[in-house]
Amino acid sequence: MNPLLLFVFVLAVFLGLELINKVPSQLHTPLMSGSNAISGITIVGAIVAAGEGGIVPTILGTIAVAAATINVIGGYLVTERMLGMFKVGKGS
Amino acid sequence: MAAWQVFAYIAASILFITGLKMLSRPETARRGNRLSAVGMLIAVVATLAAGGLDYTWIVVGLVIGAAVGAVAARRVQMTGMPEMVALLNGSGGLASMLVGWAEYVRTTDVATFSAVAIVFTVLIGGIAASGSVVAFGKLSERIDGKPYLFRGQKPLNAALLALALVAAGFVIADAAIVGGVGGTTLAFALVLLLALALGVLVVIPIGGADMPIVVALLNSYSGIAAAAAGFVIDNNVLVVAGSLVGASGFILTTIMCKAMNRSLANVLFGGFGATVTAGSAAQEGSVKPLTPDDAYYILEAADSVVFVPGYGMAVAQAQHVVQELAELLIKNGADVRHAIHPVAGRMPGHMNVLLAEANVPYEQLVEPEDVNPAMETVDVAIVIGANDVVNPAAKEDPSSPLFGMPIIEVDRARTCFVLKRSMNPGFAGVDNALFFKDNTRMIFGDAKATIAAMVSAFKDA
Repeated sequence: MNPLLLFVFVLAVFLGLELINKVPSQLHTPLMSGSNAISGITIVGAIVAAGEGGIVPTILGTIAVAAATINVIGGYLVTERMLGMFKVGKGS
Repeated sequence: MAAWQVFAYIAASILFITGLKMLSRPETARRGNRLSAVGMLIAVVATLAAGGLDYTWIVVGLVIGAAVGAVAARRVQMTGMPEMVALLNGSGGLASMLVGWAEYVRTTDVATFSAVAIVFTVLIGGIAASGSVVAFGKLSERIDGKPYLFRGQKPLNAALLALALVAAGFVIADAAIVGGVGGTTLAFALVLLLALALGVLVVIPIGGADMPIVVALLNSYSGIAAAAAGFVIDNNVLVVAGSLVGASGFILTTIMCKAMNRSLANVLFGGFGATVTAGSAAQEGSVKPLTPDDAYYILEAADSVVFVPGYGMAVAQAQHVVQELAELLIKNGADVRHAIHPVAGRMPGHMNVLLAEANVPYEQLVEPEDVNPAMETVDVAIVIGANDVVNPAAKEDPSSPLFGMPIIEVDRARTCFVLKRSMNPGFAGVDNALFFKDNTRMIFGDAKATIAAMVSAFKDA
Protein backbone atom coordinates (compact mmCIF):
# COMPACT_ATOMS: atom_id res chain seq x y z
CA MET A 1 0.00 0.00 0.00
CA ASN A 2 2.70 2.43 0.98
CA PRO A 3 5.80 2.79 -1.24
CA LEU A 4 7.48 4.80 1.52
CA LEU A 5 8.08 1.45 3.20
CA LEU A 6 10.71 0.82 0.52
CA PHE A 7 12.69 3.68 1.99
CA VAL A 8 12.55 2.10 5.44
CA PHE A 9 13.41 -1.31 3.95
CA VAL A 10 16.56 -0.12 2.17
CA LEU A 11 17.80 1.78 5.22
CA ALA A 12 17.12 -1.21 7.49
CA VAL A 13 19.06 -3.56 5.21
CA PHE A 14 22.06 -1.22 5.27
CA LEU A 15 21.75 -0.88 9.04
CA GLY A 16 21.70 -4.68 9.38
CA LEU A 17 24.79 -5.11 7.21
CA GLU A 18 26.68 -2.47 9.25
CA LEU A 19 25.44 -3.79 12.58
CA ILE A 20 26.70 -7.33 12.30
CA ASN A 21 30.22 -7.24 10.99
CA LYS A 22 32.86 -9.47 12.53
CA VAL A 23 30.90 -12.02 14.48
CA PRO A 24 33.12 -14.49 16.37
CA SER A 25 32.34 -18.03 15.21
CA GLN A 26 31.34 -18.94 18.75
CA LEU A 27 28.25 -16.81 18.25
CA HIS A 28 27.25 -17.98 14.77
CA THR A 29 24.57 -20.38 15.99
CA PRO A 30 23.05 -18.11 18.68
CA LEU A 31 23.08 -15.21 16.22
CA MET A 32 21.21 -17.35 13.74
CA SER A 33 18.60 -18.66 16.18
CA GLY A 34 18.27 -15.27 17.90
CA SER A 35 17.84 -13.34 14.66
CA ASN A 36 15.50 -16.07 13.51
CA ALA A 37 13.29 -15.37 16.51
CA ILE A 38 13.18 -11.74 15.38
CA SER A 39 11.91 -12.82 11.96
CA GLY A 40 8.96 -14.21 13.89
CA ILE A 41 7.79 -10.57 13.92
CA THR A 42 5.54 -11.73 11.13
CA ILE A 43 3.34 -12.78 14.08
CA VAL A 44 2.00 -9.21 14.00
CA GLY A 45 0.65 -9.79 10.51
CA ALA A 46 -0.61 -13.23 11.51
CA ILE A 47 -2.56 -11.83 14.47
CA VAL A 48 -4.27 -9.29 12.23
CA ALA A 49 -5.10 -11.98 9.65
CA ALA A 50 -6.52 -14.32 12.30
CA GLY A 51 -8.66 -11.67 13.98
CA GLU A 52 -10.16 -9.55 11.24
CA GLY A 53 -12.91 -11.94 10.19
CA GLY A 54 -13.65 -14.08 7.16
CA ILE A 55 -13.45 -17.86 7.33
CA VAL A 56 -10.47 -18.53 5.07
CA PRO A 57 -8.32 -15.66 6.39
CA THR A 58 -9.10 -16.77 9.94
CA ILE A 59 -7.99 -20.34 9.22
CA LEU A 60 -4.82 -19.20 7.44
CA GLY A 61 -4.18 -16.58 10.10
CA THR A 62 -4.55 -19.05 12.97
CA ILE A 63 -2.05 -21.44 11.42
CA ALA A 64 0.22 -18.45 10.77
CA VAL A 65 -0.05 -17.32 14.40
CA ALA A 66 0.85 -20.83 15.61
CA ALA A 67 3.83 -21.10 13.21
CA ALA A 68 5.10 -17.61 14.04
CA THR A 69 4.74 -18.25 17.78
CA ILE A 70 6.77 -21.46 17.47
CA ASN A 71 9.38 -19.36 15.70
CA VAL A 72 9.37 -16.62 18.36
CA ILE A 73 9.14 -18.70 21.56
CA GLY A 74 11.33 -21.55 20.28
CA GLY A 75 13.91 -19.14 18.88
CA TYR A 76 14.32 -16.99 21.98
CA LEU A 77 14.32 -19.90 24.43
CA VAL A 78 16.79 -22.01 22.51
CA THR A 79 19.10 -19.01 22.09
CA GLU A 80 18.88 -18.29 25.79
CA ARG A 81 19.71 -21.93 26.53
CA MET A 82 22.74 -21.92 24.26
CA LEU A 83 24.10 -18.61 25.50
CA GLY A 84 23.70 -19.87 29.06
CA MET A 85 26.20 -22.64 28.26
CA PHE A 86 28.86 -20.31 26.93
CA LYS A 87 31.36 -19.49 29.61
CA VAL A 88 32.42 -15.93 29.00
CA GLY A 89 35.18 -13.92 30.65
CA LYS A 90 37.75 -15.57 32.90
CA GLY A 91 40.73 -13.89 31.28
CA SER A 92 39.54 -13.80 27.70
CA MET B 1 -2.77 3.30 13.35
CA ALA B 2 -2.92 5.19 16.62
CA ALA B 3 0.05 7.29 17.68
CA TRP B 4 0.73 5.14 20.75
CA GLN B 5 0.88 2.08 18.54
CA VAL B 6 3.44 3.74 16.27
CA PHE B 7 5.55 4.58 19.33
CA ALA B 8 5.29 1.00 20.55
CA TYR B 9 6.49 -0.32 17.20
CA ILE B 10 9.36 2.18 17.17
CA ALA B 11 10.37 1.02 20.64
CA ALA B 12 10.23 -2.60 19.46
CA SER B 13 12.39 -1.77 16.42
CA ILE B 14 14.99 -0.05 18.61
CA LEU B 15 15.09 -3.07 20.92
CA PHE B 16 15.57 -5.40 17.92
CA ILE B 17 18.42 -3.29 16.56
CA THR B 18 20.17 -2.97 19.94
CA GLY B 19 19.54 -6.62 20.74
CA LEU B 20 20.98 -7.83 17.47
CA LYS B 21 24.06 -5.67 17.89
CA MET B 22 24.63 -7.05 21.38
CA LEU B 23 24.00 -10.58 20.13
CA SER B 24 27.11 -10.35 17.97
CA ARG B 25 29.45 -9.85 20.99
CA PRO B 26 30.16 -12.64 23.50
CA GLU B 27 29.98 -10.38 26.57
CA THR B 28 26.58 -8.91 25.75
CA ALA B 29 24.94 -11.67 23.72
CA ARG B 30 22.63 -12.93 26.44
CA ARG B 31 21.32 -9.49 27.36
CA GLY B 32 20.89 -8.74 23.65
CA ASN B 33 18.69 -11.77 23.17
CA ARG B 34 16.52 -10.76 26.12
CA LEU B 35 16.22 -7.17 24.89
CA SER B 36 15.02 -8.35 21.51
CA ALA B 37 12.52 -10.68 23.23
CA VAL B 38 11.15 -7.68 25.13
CA GLY B 39 10.84 -5.87 21.80
CA MET B 40 8.84 -8.78 20.44
CA LEU B 41 6.54 -8.75 23.46
CA ILE B 42 5.91 -5.01 23.02
CA ALA B 43 5.10 -5.48 19.32
CA VAL B 44 2.68 -8.33 20.02
CA VAL B 45 0.92 -6.53 22.89
CA ALA B 46 0.61 -3.33 20.81
CA THR B 47 -1.00 -5.34 18.00
CA LEU B 48 -3.42 -7.12 20.30
CA ALA B 49 -4.34 -3.95 22.17
CA ALA B 50 -5.18 -2.00 19.02
CA GLY B 51 -8.64 -3.52 19.11
CA GLY B 52 -11.03 -4.38 16.30
CA LEU B 53 -9.93 -8.01 16.45
CA ASP B 54 -11.73 -11.20 17.33
CA TYR B 55 -9.36 -12.86 19.79
CA THR B 56 -10.73 -16.41 19.79
CA TRP B 57 -8.54 -17.91 17.09
CA ILE B 58 -5.60 -15.65 17.83
CA VAL B 59 -5.44 -17.12 21.33
CA VAL B 60 -5.73 -20.66 19.96
CA GLY B 61 -2.77 -20.04 17.64
CA LEU B 62 -0.72 -18.38 20.36
CA VAL B 63 -1.28 -21.18 22.86
CA ILE B 64 -0.48 -23.97 20.40
CA GLY B 65 2.61 -22.16 19.07
CA ALA B 66 3.91 -21.27 22.52
CA ALA B 67 3.49 -24.83 23.80
CA VAL B 68 5.21 -26.41 20.80
CA GLY B 69 7.98 -23.80 20.74
CA ALA B 70 8.71 -24.04 24.46
CA VAL B 71 8.76 -27.83 24.54
CA ALA B 72 10.95 -28.04 21.44
CA ALA B 73 13.40 -25.45 22.79
CA ARG B 74 13.70 -27.28 26.10
CA ARG B 75 13.90 -30.82 24.73
CA VAL B 76 16.25 -30.35 21.79
CA GLN B 77 19.71 -31.84 22.22
CA MET B 78 22.66 -29.64 21.39
CA THR B 79 23.58 -32.13 18.66
CA GLY B 80 20.11 -31.62 17.19
CA MET B 81 20.50 -27.86 17.00
CA PRO B 82 20.95 -27.68 13.19
CA GLU B 83 17.59 -29.42 12.67
CA MET B 84 15.96 -27.15 15.25
CA VAL B 85 17.27 -24.02 13.52
CA ALA B 86 16.09 -25.34 10.15
CA LEU B 87 12.58 -25.95 11.52
CA LEU B 88 12.46 -22.50 13.11
CA ASN B 89 13.46 -20.94 9.78
CA GLY B 90 10.72 -22.95 8.14
CA SER B 91 7.98 -21.96 10.59
CA GLY B 92 8.87 -18.28 10.14
CA GLY B 93 8.75 -18.62 6.36
CA LEU B 94 5.47 -20.54 6.53
CA ALA B 95 3.88 -17.87 8.75
CA SER B 96 4.88 -15.09 6.33
CA MET B 97 3.59 -17.07 3.36
CA LEU B 98 0.23 -17.58 5.10
CA VAL B 99 0.01 -13.88 6.00
CA GLY B 100 0.42 -13.03 2.32
CA TRP B 101 -2.14 -15.67 1.35
CA ALA B 102 -4.70 -14.52 3.95
CA GLU B 103 -4.33 -10.93 2.76
CA TYR B 104 -4.89 -12.04 -0.83
CA VAL B 105 -8.13 -13.74 0.18
CA ARG B 106 -9.29 -10.95 2.48
CA THR B 107 -8.88 -7.89 0.30
CA THR B 108 -10.96 -7.20 -2.75
CA ASP B 109 -9.52 -3.92 -3.98
CA VAL B 110 -5.78 -4.21 -4.08
CA ALA B 111 -3.33 -1.54 -5.22
CA THR B 112 -0.61 -2.66 -7.64
CA PHE B 113 2.06 -2.17 -5.03
CA SER B 114 0.26 -4.41 -2.53
CA ALA B 115 -0.21 -7.11 -5.15
CA VAL B 116 3.56 -7.07 -5.77
CA ALA B 117 4.14 -7.36 -2.02
CA ILE B 118 1.67 -10.24 -1.68
CA VAL B 119 3.12 -12.43 -4.43
CA PHE B 120 6.67 -11.68 -3.30
CA THR B 121 5.82 -12.65 0.30
CA VAL B 122 4.22 -15.89 -0.84
CA LEU B 123 7.15 -16.69 -3.13
CA ILE B 124 9.96 -16.09 -0.61
CA GLY B 125 7.99 -17.43 2.36
CA GLY B 126 7.08 -20.58 0.44
CA ILE B 127 10.66 -21.22 -0.65
CA ALA B 128 11.92 -20.69 2.91
CA ALA B 129 9.22 -23.00 4.32
CA SER B 130 9.59 -26.01 2.03
CA GLY B 131 13.37 -25.51 1.65
CA SER B 132 13.72 -25.64 5.42
CA VAL B 133 11.71 -28.85 5.61
CA VAL B 134 14.08 -30.48 3.11
CA ALA B 135 17.07 -29.08 5.00
CA PHE B 136 15.59 -30.56 8.19
CA GLY B 137 15.16 -33.91 6.46
CA LYS B 138 18.76 -33.91 5.29
CA LEU B 139 20.15 -32.77 8.65
CA SER B 140 18.18 -35.36 10.61
CA GLU B 141 19.08 -37.95 7.97
CA ARG B 142 15.46 -38.70 7.20
CA ILE B 143 16.49 -37.89 3.64
CA ASP B 144 19.82 -38.92 2.16
CA GLY B 145 22.34 -36.14 2.78
CA LYS B 146 24.02 -36.69 -0.57
CA PRO B 147 23.39 -34.13 -3.30
CA TYR B 148 20.42 -35.21 -5.39
CA LEU B 149 21.08 -34.40 -9.01
CA PHE B 150 19.30 -35.25 -12.21
CA ARG B 151 19.60 -34.26 -15.83
CA GLY B 152 17.93 -31.00 -16.75
CA GLN B 153 17.74 -29.92 -13.12
CA LYS B 154 18.90 -26.36 -13.71
CA PRO B 155 16.67 -25.76 -16.77
CA LEU B 156 13.73 -27.22 -14.83
CA ASN B 157 14.30 -24.92 -11.86
CA ALA B 158 14.71 -21.94 -14.19
CA ALA B 159 11.51 -22.84 -16.04
CA LEU B 160 9.54 -23.23 -12.81
CA LEU B 161 10.85 -19.91 -11.51
CA ALA B 162 9.91 -18.24 -14.82
CA LEU B 163 6.44 -19.79 -14.63
CA ALA B 164 6.03 -18.55 -11.05
CA LEU B 165 7.04 -15.05 -12.11
CA VAL B 166 4.59 -15.11 -15.04
CA ALA B 167 1.77 -16.20 -12.74
CA ALA B 168 2.81 -13.49 -10.28
CA GLY B 169 2.71 -11.04 -13.18
CA PHE B 170 -0.91 -12.03 -13.85
CA VAL B 171 -1.92 -11.32 -10.26
CA ILE B 172 -0.14 -7.96 -10.35
CA ALA B 173 -1.53 -6.99 -13.76
CA ASP B 174 -5.02 -7.82 -12.56
CA ALA B 175 -4.55 -5.50 -9.61
CA ALA B 176 -3.16 -2.76 -11.86
CA ILE B 177 -5.86 -2.96 -14.54
CA VAL B 178 -9.00 -4.08 -12.76
CA GLY B 179 -8.08 -2.79 -9.34
CA GLY B 180 -8.74 -6.13 -7.69
CA VAL B 181 -7.28 -9.62 -7.45
CA GLY B 182 -10.52 -11.55 -7.51
CA GLY B 183 -10.14 -13.11 -10.94
CA THR B 184 -6.68 -14.55 -10.52
CA THR B 185 -7.18 -17.38 -8.06
CA LEU B 186 -5.60 -19.90 -10.41
CA ALA B 187 -2.55 -17.72 -11.03
CA PHE B 188 -2.19 -17.11 -7.31
CA ALA B 189 -2.47 -20.82 -6.51
CA LEU B 190 0.22 -21.44 -9.09
CA VAL B 191 2.56 -18.94 -7.41
CA LEU B 192 1.97 -20.67 -4.09
CA LEU B 193 2.55 -24.21 -5.34
CA LEU B 194 5.57 -23.28 -7.46
CA ALA B 195 7.15 -21.50 -4.49
CA LEU B 196 6.83 -24.65 -2.40
CA ALA B 197 8.17 -26.81 -5.24
CA LEU B 198 11.11 -24.47 -5.81
CA GLY B 199 12.05 -24.59 -2.14
CA VAL B 200 12.36 -28.38 -2.38
CA LEU B 201 14.20 -28.35 -5.69
CA VAL B 202 16.68 -25.67 -4.64
CA VAL B 203 17.79 -27.46 -1.46
CA ILE B 204 17.75 -31.06 -2.74
CA PRO B 205 20.93 -30.80 -4.87
CA ILE B 206 22.98 -29.42 -1.97
CA GLY B 207 25.30 -31.84 -0.19
CA GLY B 208 25.79 -32.44 3.53
CA ALA B 209 29.03 -30.47 3.81
CA ASP B 210 27.32 -27.40 2.35
CA MET B 211 24.48 -27.45 4.86
CA PRO B 212 25.92 -24.61 7.01
CA ILE B 213 25.62 -22.31 4.00
CA VAL B 214 22.06 -23.41 3.23
CA VAL B 215 20.93 -23.04 6.83
CA ALA B 216 22.34 -19.50 6.95
CA LEU B 217 20.73 -18.67 3.60
CA LEU B 218 17.31 -19.96 4.68
CA ASN B 219 17.68 -17.84 7.80
CA SER B 220 18.12 -14.84 5.52
CA TYR B 221 15.07 -15.82 3.43
CA SER B 222 12.81 -16.10 6.47
CA GLY B 223 13.81 -12.54 7.37
CA ILE B 224 13.16 -11.22 3.86
CA ALA B 225 9.78 -12.97 3.85
CA ALA B 226 8.86 -11.21 7.10
CA ALA B 227 9.93 -7.87 5.62
CA ALA B 228 7.80 -8.56 2.54
CA ALA B 229 4.85 -9.39 4.81
CA GLY B 230 5.43 -5.95 6.32
CA PHE B 231 4.78 -4.42 2.90
CA VAL B 232 1.61 -6.49 2.64
CA ILE B 233 0.06 -5.32 5.91
CA ASP B 234 1.67 -1.88 5.67
CA ASN B 235 3.65 -2.17 8.90
CA ASN B 236 7.10 -0.68 9.54
CA VAL B 237 8.13 -2.94 12.40
CA LEU B 238 7.92 -6.01 10.15
CA VAL B 239 9.94 -4.27 7.47
CA VAL B 240 12.68 -3.19 9.91
CA ALA B 241 12.91 -6.47 11.85
CA GLY B 242 12.66 -8.60 8.72
CA SER B 243 15.39 -6.73 6.86
CA LEU B 244 17.71 -6.90 9.88
CA VAL B 245 17.36 -10.69 9.90
CA GLY B 246 17.73 -10.83 6.13
CA ALA B 247 20.98 -8.87 6.41
CA SER B 248 22.39 -10.91 9.29
CA GLY B 249 21.58 -14.17 7.51
CA PHE B 250 23.26 -12.84 4.41
CA ILE B 251 26.40 -11.93 6.36
CA LEU B 252 26.56 -15.42 7.89
CA THR B 253 26.11 -16.91 4.43
CA THR B 254 29.02 -14.84 3.15
CA ILE B 255 31.22 -15.87 6.09
CA MET B 256 30.46 -19.54 5.39
CA CYS B 257 31.17 -19.19 1.66
CA LYS B 258 34.48 -17.48 2.40
CA ALA B 259 35.44 -20.27 4.78
CA MET B 260 34.97 -22.74 1.93
CA ASN B 261 36.52 -20.47 -0.69
CA ARG B 262 33.43 -20.74 -2.87
CA SER B 263 30.89 -18.42 -4.33
CA LEU B 264 27.24 -18.58 -3.34
CA ALA B 265 26.29 -19.41 -6.92
CA ASN B 266 28.68 -22.36 -6.82
CA VAL B 267 27.07 -23.69 -3.65
CA LEU B 268 23.52 -23.29 -4.96
CA PHE B 269 24.06 -24.68 -8.40
CA GLY B 270 27.30 -26.65 -8.11
CA GLY B 271 25.99 -29.97 -6.78
CA PHE B 272 29.32 -30.12 -5.01
CA GLY B 273 30.51 -33.55 -4.01
CA ALA B 274 28.21 -35.42 -6.36
CA THR B 275 31.16 -36.69 -8.31
CA VAL B 276 34.72 -37.40 -7.35
CA THR B 277 36.92 -35.70 -9.87
CA ALA B 278 38.90 -38.12 -11.95
CA GLY B 279 41.93 -35.81 -11.75
CA SER B 280 42.56 -36.43 -8.06
CA ALA B 281 45.95 -38.01 -7.78
CA ALA B 282 46.11 -41.58 -6.55
CA GLN B 283 46.99 -41.71 -2.87
CA GLU B 284 50.55 -42.60 -1.98
CA GLY B 285 51.81 -44.18 1.18
CA SER B 286 50.00 -46.48 3.52
CA VAL B 287 47.53 -46.09 6.32
CA LYS B 288 49.08 -46.55 9.76
CA PRO B 289 46.54 -47.64 12.35
CA LEU B 290 47.04 -47.10 16.06
CA THR B 291 45.28 -48.39 19.16
CA PRO B 292 43.97 -46.00 21.84
CA ASP B 293 46.45 -47.50 24.32
CA ASP B 294 49.40 -46.66 22.10
CA ALA B 295 47.90 -43.24 21.49
CA TYR B 296 48.02 -42.70 25.24
CA TYR B 297 51.83 -43.04 25.33
CA ILE B 298 52.19 -40.36 22.67
CA LEU B 299 49.70 -38.08 24.40
CA GLU B 300 51.33 -38.61 27.75
CA ALA B 301 54.58 -37.13 26.40
CA ALA B 302 52.91 -34.27 24.52
CA ASP B 303 53.35 -30.63 25.56
CA SER B 304 50.93 -29.19 23.07
CA VAL B 305 47.71 -30.80 21.86
CA VAL B 306 45.15 -29.43 19.42
CA PHE B 307 41.73 -31.01 19.00
CA VAL B 308 40.04 -30.56 15.63
CA PRO B 309 36.36 -31.48 15.96
CA GLY B 310 34.05 -32.13 13.03
CA TYR B 311 30.63 -33.52 12.32
CA GLY B 312 31.77 -36.98 13.49
CA MET B 313 32.13 -35.63 17.02
CA ALA B 314 28.50 -34.53 16.93
CA VAL B 315 27.35 -37.90 15.60
CA ALA B 316 29.29 -39.82 18.25
CA GLN B 317 28.18 -37.34 20.98
CA ALA B 318 31.83 -37.30 21.96
CA GLN B 319 32.08 -33.70 23.23
CA HIS B 320 31.94 -34.64 26.93
CA VAL B 321 34.70 -37.26 26.77
CA VAL B 322 36.77 -34.84 24.68
CA GLN B 323 36.58 -32.32 27.51
CA GLU B 324 37.45 -35.05 30.02
CA LEU B 325 40.54 -35.96 28.02
CA ALA B 326 41.43 -32.29 27.59
CA GLU B 327 41.32 -31.77 31.38
CA LEU B 328 43.56 -34.79 31.96
CA LEU B 329 46.03 -33.50 29.38
CA ILE B 330 46.10 -30.08 31.04
CA LYS B 331 46.70 -31.71 34.42
CA ASN B 332 49.53 -33.60 32.76
CA GLY B 333 51.11 -30.25 31.82
CA ALA B 334 50.09 -29.97 28.20
CA ASP B 335 48.79 -26.90 26.44
CA VAL B 336 45.37 -27.79 25.00
CA ARG B 337 43.38 -25.98 22.36
CA HIS B 338 40.36 -26.77 20.19
CA ALA B 339 40.72 -25.53 16.62
CA ILE B 340 37.33 -24.90 15.06
CA HIS B 341 36.85 -24.44 11.36
CA PRO B 342 33.93 -22.10 10.55
CA VAL B 343 32.19 -24.74 8.43
CA ALA B 344 32.88 -27.77 10.63
CA GLY B 345 29.58 -29.50 11.33
CA ARG B 346 26.19 -28.88 9.80
CA MET B 347 25.44 -25.29 10.72
CA PRO B 348 27.42 -22.14 11.45
CA GLY B 349 28.92 -22.41 14.94
CA HIS B 350 27.88 -26.06 15.40
CA MET B 351 31.13 -27.17 17.10
CA ASN B 352 31.22 -24.16 19.43
CA VAL B 353 27.77 -25.03 20.73
CA LEU B 354 28.71 -28.67 21.37
CA LEU B 355 31.96 -27.84 23.15
CA ALA B 356 30.23 -25.16 25.20
CA GLU B 357 27.72 -27.80 26.28
CA ALA B 358 30.64 -29.89 27.51
CA ASN B 359 31.99 -26.90 29.51
CA VAL B 360 35.06 -26.32 27.38
CA PRO B 361 36.37 -22.86 28.39
CA TYR B 362 36.02 -20.21 25.71
CA GLU B 363 39.74 -19.39 25.85
CA GLN B 364 40.64 -22.86 24.55
CA LEU B 365 38.65 -22.37 21.35
CA VAL B 366 40.76 -21.03 18.50
CA GLU B 367 40.17 -20.36 14.83
CA PRO B 368 42.29 -21.84 12.01
CA GLU B 369 44.32 -18.67 11.46
CA ASP B 370 45.31 -18.66 15.15
CA VAL B 371 46.64 -22.20 15.18
CA ASN B 372 48.03 -22.67 11.65
CA PRO B 373 51.14 -20.42 11.91
CA ALA B 374 52.53 -22.39 14.87
CA MET B 375 51.35 -25.84 13.77
CA GLU B 376 54.95 -27.18 13.70
CA THR B 377 55.14 -26.72 17.47
CA VAL B 378 52.02 -28.82 18.07
CA ASP B 379 52.95 -32.29 19.32
CA VAL B 380 49.63 -33.98 18.65
CA ALA B 381 46.68 -32.84 16.58
CA ILE B 382 43.60 -34.97 17.23
CA VAL B 383 41.12 -34.89 14.38
CA ILE B 384 37.72 -36.08 15.59
CA GLY B 385 35.35 -36.86 12.77
CA ALA B 386 36.49 -33.95 10.63
CA ASN B 387 37.59 -34.61 7.08
CA ASP B 388 37.31 -31.93 4.43
CA VAL B 389 38.40 -29.09 6.73
CA VAL B 390 41.76 -30.83 7.32
CA ASN B 391 42.31 -32.16 3.79
CA PRO B 392 45.77 -31.06 2.57
CA ALA B 393 44.51 -31.33 -1.03
CA ALA B 394 42.99 -27.89 -0.43
CA LYS B 395 46.55 -26.54 -0.47
CA GLU B 396 48.42 -29.03 -2.64
CA ASP B 397 46.17 -30.39 -5.35
CA PRO B 398 44.82 -27.85 -7.89
CA SER B 399 42.59 -30.55 -9.39
CA SER B 400 40.77 -31.15 -6.10
CA PRO B 401 37.30 -29.65 -5.71
CA LEU B 402 38.48 -28.46 -2.30
CA PHE B 403 41.46 -26.55 -3.73
CA GLY B 404 41.77 -23.06 -2.27
CA MET B 405 39.60 -23.70 0.78
CA PRO B 406 41.29 -22.52 3.98
CA ILE B 407 41.95 -25.56 6.18
CA ILE B 408 43.37 -26.42 9.57
CA GLU B 409 46.82 -27.62 8.58
CA VAL B 410 47.11 -30.60 10.92
CA ASP B 411 49.39 -32.36 8.42
CA ARG B 412 52.14 -30.01 9.65
CA ALA B 413 51.78 -31.05 13.29
CA ARG B 414 54.46 -33.43 14.67
CA THR B 415 51.89 -36.20 15.00
CA CYS B 416 48.33 -36.28 13.82
CA PHE B 417 45.69 -38.69 15.14
CA VAL B 418 42.66 -39.14 12.94
CA LEU B 419 39.65 -40.66 14.68
CA LYS B 420 37.38 -42.16 12.11
CA ARG B 421 34.83 -44.90 11.84
CA SER B 422 36.12 -46.27 8.54
CA MET B 423 38.04 -45.24 5.45
CA ASN B 424 35.01 -43.66 3.72
CA PRO B 425 35.67 -40.28 2.16
CA GLY B 426 34.06 -37.18 3.70
CA PHE B 427 30.79 -35.61 2.72
CA ALA B 428 32.48 -33.82 -0.14
CA GLY B 429 33.21 -37.28 -1.55
CA VAL B 430 36.90 -36.51 -1.77
CA ASP B 431 39.75 -38.77 -0.70
CA ASN B 432 41.94 -37.35 2.01
CA ALA B 433 45.71 -37.46 1.53
CA LEU B 434 46.11 -36.68 5.23
CA PHE B 435 45.33 -40.30 6.10
CA PHE B 436 48.37 -41.47 4.16
CA LYS B 437 50.95 -39.00 5.51
CA ASP B 438 53.96 -40.29 7.47
CA ASN B 439 53.03 -38.42 10.65
CA THR B 440 49.39 -39.50 10.59
CA ARG B 441 48.03 -42.33 12.75
CA MET B 442 44.52 -43.60 12.12
CA ILE B 443 42.47 -44.68 15.13
CA PHE B 444 39.43 -46.52 13.81
CA GLY B 445 36.19 -46.95 15.72
CA ASP B 446 33.52 -44.90 17.40
CA ALA B 447 35.06 -41.56 18.41
CA LYS B 448 33.43 -41.58 21.82
CA ALA B 449 34.65 -45.08 22.65
CA THR B 450 38.14 -44.28 21.35
CA ILE B 451 38.52 -41.15 23.46
CA ALA B 452 36.97 -42.87 26.47
CA ALA B 453 39.65 -45.56 26.11
CA MET B 454 42.37 -42.88 26.12
CA VAL B 455 40.79 -41.30 29.20
CA SER B 456 40.82 -44.57 31.11
CA ALA B 457 44.41 -45.20 30.01
CA PHE B 458 45.29 -41.86 31.62
CA LYS B 459 43.38 -42.65 34.78
CA ASP B 460 44.94 -46.11 35.16
CA ALA B 461 48.44 -44.77 34.72
